[in-house]
Amino acid sequence: MEITNTGLAAICYGLGAIGPGIGIGYLVGQSVQAMARQPEAAGMVRTTMFLGIAFVEALALIGFVVFFLGQG
Amino acid sequence: MTAPVIATRDLGAPAEREVVRDMVRRGLVVAPIALLVGLVGWGVDGVASVALAVALVLANFALAAALLGWAARISLGLVMGVALFGFLIRLGLITAIVWGLRDQAWLEPLPFGLALIVGHLGLLIWETRHVSASLAFPGLKPEPAKELR
Repeated sequence: MEITNTGLAAICYGLGAIGPGIGIGYLVGQSVQAMARQPEAAGMVRTTMFLGIAFVEALALIGFVVFFLGQG
Repeated sequence: MTAPVIATRDLGAPAEREVVRDMVRRGLVVAPIALLVGLVGWGVDGVASVALAVALVLANFALAAALLGWAARISLGLVMGVALFGFLIRLGLITAIVWGLRDQAWLEPLPFGLALIVGHLGLLIWETRHVSASLAFPGLKPEPAKELR
């Protein structure tokens, strides 16, 4: 079976998306716990949670860009 | 002895919306520079590719904020689900859009990829700097007009 560049890139992209998925799950879980325990700090927690999610997503976006460049 | 109060939803102001409004404003300010770099490096195709990347970055942030803000008003449990499935859906949307456009002659992979990563991280770092300063010194929160000087 021949492995093409596109197939290899897609596998790498899929593997690259696992880490951010775990990171977002952990991050949001802790944030939800913080908001439930301290509702008065929810605004601050949501702001930092949103930025954290976006930072973690950058890893997945890098994976996507590598996939996009690699399948060409 | 009173039982601890556990909140199940957050009815406060949507903090994500403020963050994204800042990011979109800054993104639109720096977009002409990114487009110029695309024009100088790759011509008109570079401009189109950079414009697509900037639009995807800003739309991704806006969609994430809208989904999380909506979920937080309903239930904190829903925030968990929306954050995870929102991540998958947004990543899938970006992939689908770019996959659909990949055969277009004007789509240059390198400027597109660079603009996507640099735009995403650059706007985030810029906003994080602003938010960190606001949280550490709430009284010194910069006014938008002063910040643009």
